[in-house]
Amino acid sequence: MKIKEELKYSKEHEWVKVTGDKAYIGITDFAQKALGDIVFVELPEVGTELSAGDTFGVIESVKAASDIYCPVSGTITKINEDLNDQPESINEDSYVAWIIEVELSNPSELDELMNEDEYENFCSKEG
Amino acid sequence: MKKTPLYEQHVNLGGKIVEFAGWALPVQYSGILEEHDHVRNYAGLFDVSHMGEILIEGSAAEKFIQHLVTNDISNMKEGKVIYSPMCYPDGGTVDDILVYKFSNIKYLLVVNASNTEKDYQWMLSNSMDNVIITNITDNYAQLALQGPKALGILKSLTNFPLENIKPFRFEEKVDISGVEALVSRTGYTGEDGFEIYISPEYAATLWNKILEKGKKEKLIPAGLGARDTLRFEASMPLYGQEISKDITPVEAGLTRFIKFEKGDFIGRAALLSKKDSGTRRTLAGFEMIERGIPRSHYDVVSSYKNIGFVTSGNFSPTLKKNIGMALIDNEYANVSKEIDIVIRNKAVKAKIMELPFYSRKRG
Repeated sequence: MKIKEELKYSKEHEWVKVTGDKAYIGITDFAQKALGDIVFVELPEVGTELSAGDTFGVIESVKAASDIYCPVSGTITKINEDLNDQPESINEDSYVAWIIEVELSNPSELDELMNEDEYENFCSKEG
Repeated sequence: MKKTPLYEQHVNLGGKIVEFAGWALPVQYSGILEEHDHVRNYAGLFDVSHMGEILIEGSAAEKFIQHLVTNDISNMKEGKVIYSPMCYPDGGTVDDILVYKFSNIKYLLVVNASNTEKDYQWMLSNSMDNVIITNITDNYAQLALQGPKALGILKSLTNFPLENIKPFRFEEKVDISGVEALVSRTGYTGEDGFEIYISPEYAATLWNKILEKGKKEKLIPAGLGARDTLRFEASMPLYGQEISKDITPVEAGLTRFIKFEKGDFIGRAALLSKKDSGTRRTLAGFEMIERGIPRSHYDVVSSYKNIGFVTSGNFSPTLKKNIGMALIDNEYANVSKEIDIVIRNKAVKAKIMELPFYSRKRG
């Protein structure tokens, strides 16, 4: 399983990559493997305000539809529209295929997320 | 959870194990799309040992099955297989099954795993004199070798002229790589292929041999996920989705498997009145016009009016479209008619499409 050390991780298997007061959000390699072949991503609208823990979209694999949660609060500033035509890019590299960018409204929430080691440990318990 | 005799093989091959009808089975190995593609273009090997097998014997065996199922088994030759719904008196579906005829006094009924015990009890409760009904599910492991390369691969493991087994025929005691097997030219994928019934103790040996021999023909193991997408594209019904105790085979478009002229059988009167008066609802295929994937149990609406529900839906790996089957009011079931599928509280446009979605090129 791939994990990137510069990222923060949620228990729902999203990653957060902070750049200044903004953050990119995607799903982890563990998550894409569990979902299987991804064939559809339902993206939110730019400008949507999210609280930590809100669902902001849906990823559908051949098997099922799964909600995606936003681990931090903020306003959506960008969405990755490439996912409309190439949802499988999440399977190819889930750390490149970001889903949304948010402007953080409460950066202190980042402290509650896991670092690389903690996340690796968390995944090993989930099997 | 019950384990099939191939459980260890699935784990060793990296299969992602899930619970299905009480059985621990792989939903996928390398990935559903890849497995699906291999079955359509080359071959895939499935463990379908979870399927139920019920043996019907005795001088009244034929009479009993004629009464039990909707299709007509009276003209079946020995070595023939037929598909048939099995109904309740009200026309609702108990199960859809395969009937294998050994002789007038011996038949094998192959039933859905999720229904095996229910079907067995149903048969017992409708039994008659001179019939012996035995649930022999545990006596068989079953492999399904499916895809255009299936015949060539299996031929390389036997001297038996497998090409002589025509579709919906079977042969007993075929020696496949030293293992005695019952082999039928049947399947649940829309491709050519075989279903192979063997004693559980030889299942692992044969599984490994077939995979090894098939490697150069691009054979790969395939799981329940691909089995579902393959049968779905071929528009074959799945019990609990297209048919159920609440959905008659007439509504599900299976009237050709109901032989009203054969004499009385369970459900005949109810099914006949539905056929003659016309059903209120019917199974229709559709493809999404707008973005979204239909899933089973989603509502179908037209001008805000509920007109039915999706029975099966998914991304079609072969057609590269989002498609589904739905049980809807008759008046909306005409090809090209627009309907809406309710996906997460939003009406998403779709249009009716002819079934089946996929049928293989023959010859």
